[in-house]
Amino acid sequence: MAFKMSVQDYKGKINEVEIGKGDKAFKIGGQATMAFYDFDGETGNSPKVGMEILDVFPEEWITSLKDLYKDVAHSPVEWAKFVEKELGPDFICLRFLGADPNGLDKSPEECGEIAKAVVEAIHLPLVIAGTGNHDKDAKLFEKVAAAVEGHNCLFLAATEDNYKTIGAAAGLAYGHKVGAESSVDINLAKQLNVLMGQLGVKYEDIAMNIGCSAVGYGFEYLISTVDRIRLAALGQNDKTLQMPIMTPVSFETWNVKETVAEEEDAPEWGDKEERGIAMEVSTAASIIAVGSDAVIVRHPKSLATIKNFTEAIA
Amino acid sequence: MALTGLDIFKLTPKKNCKDCGFPTCLAFSMKVAAGAMEIEKCPHMSEAALEKLSEATAPLMKTIKIGKGDNEYALGGETVLFRHEKTFVNRNRFAVIFSDSMGEEVIASKLENIRKVNYIRIGEKMQVEIAALKCTGNKEAYLNLIKRVKESGVALTYMLICEDAAILKDALELVKEDHPIVYGATKDNYEAMVSIVKGTKLPLGLKAGNLQELYELVEKVQDLEYKELLLAVEGASIKETFKNVVQMRRTALKEQDRKFGYPSVVFVNELSGNDKFMEIALASLFTLKYGSIVVLEDIDFAKALPLFALRQNVYTDPQRPMRVEPDVYGVNGADDNAPVLVTVDFALTYFIVAGEVERSKAPVWLAIPDAGGYSVLTAWAAGKFGGSSITKFIKESGIADKTKSRKLIIPGLVAVLKGEIEDELPGWEIIVGPEEAMHLPKFLKELQISTAAVNA
Ligand code: B12
Ligand code: SF4
Repeated sequence: MAFKMSVQDYKGKINEVEIGKGDKAFKIGGQATMAFYDFDGETGNSPKVGMEILDVFPEEWITSLKDLYKDVAHSPVEWAKFVEKELGPDFICLRFLGADPNGLDKSPEECGEIAKAVVEAIHLPLVIAGTGNHDKDAKLFEKVAAAVEGHNCLFLAATEDNYKTIGAAAGLAYGHKVGAESSVDINLAKQLNVLMGQLGVKYEDIAMNIGCSAVGYGFEYLISTVDRIRLAALGQNDKTLQMPIMTPVSFETWNVKETVAEEEDAPEWGDKEERGIAMEVSTAASIIAVGSDAVIVRHPKSLATIKNFTEAIA
Repeated sequence: MALTGLDIFKLTPKKNCKDCGFPTCLAFSMKVAAGAMEIEKCPHMSEAALEKLSEATAPLMKTIKIGKGDNEYALGGETVLFRHEKTFVNRNRFAVIFSDSMGEEVIASKLENIRKVNYIRIGEKMQVEIAALKCTGNKEAYLNLIKRVKESGVALTYMLICEDAAILKDALELVKEDHPIVYGATKDNYEAMVSIVKGTKLPLGLKAGNLQELYELVEKVQDLEYKELLLAVEGASIKETFKNVVQMRRTALKEQDRKFGYPSVVFVNELSGNDKFMEIALASLFTLKYGSIVVLEDIDFAKALPLFALRQNVYTDPQRPMRVEPDVYGVNGADDNAPVLVTVDFALTYFIVAGEVERSKAPVWLAIPDAGGYSVLTAWAAGKFGGSSITKFIKESGIADKTKSRKLIIPGLVAVLKGEIEDELPGWEIIVGPEEAMHLPKFLKELQISTAAVNA
């Protein structure tokens, strides 16, 4: 008997969001199917992979990365240029850990200057990440959004606490894209998008960060949250959930025991660097497999592997 | 497809004899289709008709048992495409590939790796379950390979990858008590393969070059009355393989076509082109998306740590998140001098913290209040792990009778609770511990030293 391909038709579609300017700008989203299901229809833009850099020297990173970046990581501009030239990610994520109020507590103005210098030194699209402190991030993103006006950056991210400031600055005043961060819950994700919409931010200017954890650490909640968001966006044409997803994988996977344990403490576990790459690759591949449209990684080997992976499957 | 009244009517004797209590066979059939009448109420249904009916109401995806005893595993039996719709039921199993053209060193090394990578994570065993044994055509070499692997004593289920029925027959003699998978029935050899496994209920792996071919092959094998099957499309690109595996599962569960209602085999080792990290990415993909047996080139901790943990997460029942029983647990021979450490009843957190405390060798009482089965921050954010719930538990648990120590160590992530707990537990010293459990051994050691100094 003839085998009949199973086809699932959906009413809804994920918005296309463009990040960056010029010939390196790219779009994420645009799919009318679950991830890579090209037998169901349009699969949209292929997932993008970005590299994490900091505004300070990465003291806490593994030795081999500190070595790789030893001549450039004292200057975010040099570091960004190096990553663009030598490693070739789709975008760069500049993470302002130096603005942490519990640390160096850099001023928003200073961060604005740094961001401006970086974005002008590279062609790749730039994603701006904050400290995780919602109050500081509001002030930080406000100044940075103004400083990098015209470059169409993505701000990762606004939260329930600070979306009014960040949504207004990034999404309305200075023409950027706004990240919307929620805690692994479809209703919270929806709610934040609705609130931003009420503020005046266009749904097409939003990308969601629905959360992240390393594989093994409650990752099933991420899987099911993304599954449910996509099924609602596509199957029910729920416009409040049709934003593409960006996942900062490296922010989580380099802190877990499997990555951090020294070889002396866990001799059977083997090479420390390999373990870090493995956790990052598995987490990134997995979140892409359920529907994330962009991931941020730290290790060049993860970048190469995930780019290969998305090319092979998209 | 659910059977309609008309489908069932076609299976009745059409005598209209009224023995079932209905005026006509058609009336009876409509009731059965609506689920309002059992088919048994007609005493004249033929064996063949009853069988056809039971087929149509059988689960959409068969459950296939592989291996024996401690090495027995169930595959398939899934009912939903997304875990949140209910749950996934039979986790995928990992295989390492061996071939009779591999040298002794390689074989020994792989066996040693499988033996080494064997541990417990949150109360569950983590190990490679299957040795995939591939025949390249040389019978003697193949039989030697099988003996070598079996005699190594490593706990494994076997998958015999062999398309030569004659070699397979002899190979099977060596391991048939172990209920191995027989893999390699194709459109060219399936009759011979089925006759080898007939009557044994051994799982038979079918392979084809594309979905259409595979579908037809399943039909042919089912016509020979054999239904203990595993399915694979070999030789395709990564993209094609992904499509094939998804289509097989969706055809069974959404289109309700049971011909593809069998577990899948994915040779991730062949797809990854000798790239270890690509293998990890692909193995992750097929753990998430409908791979039942995922074949790897080799195993080590770098691969196992993410893949086994991911699998554990994927196959967790959403209705039954992993929790431990709220209680007070003594670790390292906790006595009446041991301090108390409080954490949550989320199984992941408990096992991590308990593991680190065990590593420290310090005697400690672990106080586990009911925190909803959530992680520390989740529980705290949800109002299930706070000053009052912790102090209530400490008071009611009777821990104050088990130990003279009045040191209570709280997780670093909820340092903010210190003052509140101090107020509610006079007489207790509230100590803020590290944020990450991996710093506990050092922390507990320093605590022991400073406690001894004070007491000296
Ligand atoms: C999975 C997850 C969930 C799952 C819960 C799974 C579970 N069983 O807990 C779900 C989806 C249900 C969930 C829900 C919520 N979540 Co949640 N969730 C996460 C996530 C992604 C991972 C948590 C995890 O598994 N951690 C791993 C475990 C092992 O960590 P742990 O328990 O903290 O244990 C470690 C340490 O604390 C320490 N430790 C533990 N015990 C002890 C004891 C001592 C003495 C010591 C010294 C150390 C120590 O060692 C352990 C290992 O290092 C995190 C984000 C993240 N990546 O961490 C957010 C997170 C914890 N969630 C958060 C929130 C806000 C929520 C919600 C309140 C959201 C909402 N408003 O609905 C809800 C609450 C639930 C409810 N119904 O109301 C926030 C908390 C923010 C904050 N700072 O308070 C987080 C941080 C995400 C975020 N950035 O916003 N969540
Ligand atoms: S007992 Fe069977 S044969 Fe007789 S009328 Fe009922 S269904 Fe028909």
